[in-house]
Amino acid sequence: MKNIWTIAYRDFRSYFTSPIAYILIAGFLAIMGWMFFFNLSYFNLQNLQAMQMNIGKGISITDGIVRPLYGNMNVIFLFLVPFITMRLLAEERKNATIQLLLTAPVTLTEIILGKFLSSFLLVLTMLGLTAVYPLVLVWTGNPDLGPIALSYLGTALLVGCYLSFGLLFSAMTENQIVAGALTFAFGLFFWLINWASQSVGSTWGDVLNYMSLINHFNQFSQGVLNSTDVIFYLSFIGLGLFLTHRVLDSFRWR
Amino acid sequence: MIKIQNLTKRYGPRTAIDNLCFEVGRGEIVGFLGPNGAGKSTTMKIITAFMPATEGTVTVAGYDVFDSPIEVKKNIGFLPETPPVYTEMSVQDYLRFAAQLHGVEKSKLDGAVQEAIEKTGLGDVRRRLIGNLSKGYRQRVGIAQALAHRPQVLILDEPTVGLDPKQIIEIRKLIKSLAGEHTIVLSTHILPEVTATCDRVIVINKGRIAAQDTLDRLTSRIQHGRVYSLAVKNPSAEGIAAIKAIPGIKSVTDAAHATDKKLTVEIAPEAGELRDRITETAVSHRMGLLEFVAEKLSLEEVFLQLTTEENL
Repeated sequence: MKNIWTIAYRDFRSYFTSPIAYILIAGFLAIMGWMFFFNLSYFNLQNLQAMQMNIGKGISITDGIVRPLYGNMNVIFLFLVPFITMRLLAEERKNATIQLLLTAPVTLTEIILGKFLSSFLLVLTMLGLTAVYPLVLVWTGNPDLGPIALSYLGTALLVGCYLSFGLLFSAMTENQIVAGALTFAFGLFFWLINWASQSVGSTWGDVLNYMSLINHFNQFSQGVLNSTDVIFYLSFIGLGLFLTHRVLDSFRWR
Repeated sequence: MIKIQNLTKRYGPRTAIDNLCFEVGRGEIVGFLGPNGAGKSTTMKIITAFMPATEGTVTVAGYDVFDSPIEVKKNIGFLPETPPVYTEMSVQDYLRFAAQLHGVEKSKLDGAVQEAIEKTGLGDVRRRLIGNLSKGYRQRVGIAQALAHRPQVLILDEPTVGLDPKQIIEIRKLIKSLAGEHTIVLSTHILPEVTATCDRVIVINKGRIAAQDTLDRLTSRIQHGRVYSLAVKNPSAEGIAAIKAIPGIKSVTDAAHATDKKLTVEIAPEAGELRDRITETAVSHRMGLLEFVAEKLSLEEVFLQLTTEENL
């Protein structure tokens, strides 16, 4: 446990001793801020129209702001995660620093969990900084806090899936660009995998729907905490980390 | 401290090392010498529990490498061929990380880092980023990294490669100063390195041990015949002929020198003690004997013989 933290802390710090963390966080917050502003003004406009025309209660904060905002956040993470994970092991392999880790008295599992944790901490930092949007909502309105909290949980789990496979691709190559490109392609594919569900029959359609990463997220942003979704994400993360373990272990046999 | 028995490693059909056996005692500096691709790095990787052996056992500080790799790794400091340094870290942060990773307790961390910095002379650059340091300093950081957790065994893979002559001398001095406290195995294909630092040499070629002994004995053992070199004032032809005529002398060659002439006398291996007869002959022919030196083969020649000859 101590070793995991030692490795995670070093990697987490190295995000901040290079420009990577600052560029990622600044870009992320700029886009998110713009989206939040857009969502907020569009939401106001819609409700104003509903009031003037006197048609019903208008649209809720959850449906008008929270769901589109966190849905968009996931798309942005799809683009950003390759930049977070691509260096984790590829750079260590290229600079031969991985030998330090592999000849130190730590297990492979500890190395992998440490690496994963460092990238996950960076994502949590980014998520933490977006807490300003719900704060604005609470200050000016009366949002339903359940869907917001669950959106954060769902986003963390979903991004964790990207991260674990990003780590896997980073372990498979010395070339950071290859690792990043594979991560992006993989994430996008599992995002879109259920597009084919209409045309493959009902059984396979269900399977594809189940495997789609984004499908499980929709439950969270509606404020529904379903153990199926949590277990799906956790096993997806676990699979990525397990495969990373196999790849790293195979170094020893070459 | 290190015990290696019947160690074999095969990569598919290719045998990288074949039935190696050797031991390294506590506090010894052993040079691991061999041409490129002889199996030096493979052996080191197995000793450091980086990769498993195909056959045979390795024990380090009493722990079996295969059964308890974590214990073995705790007792080993390893400097790979390229120093495994993170360029974006400062020297002291990096050493702290390396020590922590090797299980140094938090309370002893500062002391361990300080000691490693002092031993390797990195005090002036401790706060600088490793990426801004020269190759020689990086190599020292690599050695400091291997030392930081005070391991009993140090494994150094080509510690002086790519350094300038002044740095090489410094690193060698450093390695010598570490002996006694640590058991050191050092691999190299640069021969003077072994002469300069090691107590004992293990010459490895094509995955087998070609020879292992102290330097002196290795040099004398390899020398088939003996060679003497004589400096004379007046190398008269009849004098040379007379020396040649002594039974057991293989050849006499003379070479011009600045102030005096040099004769190289080679003696057949089966001949007995001939030094007295050579000097007597030289003196009786009034050659003006100035020097009489028994020539030693340099390690270079030993190495070449060991790695090129089939049977020794």
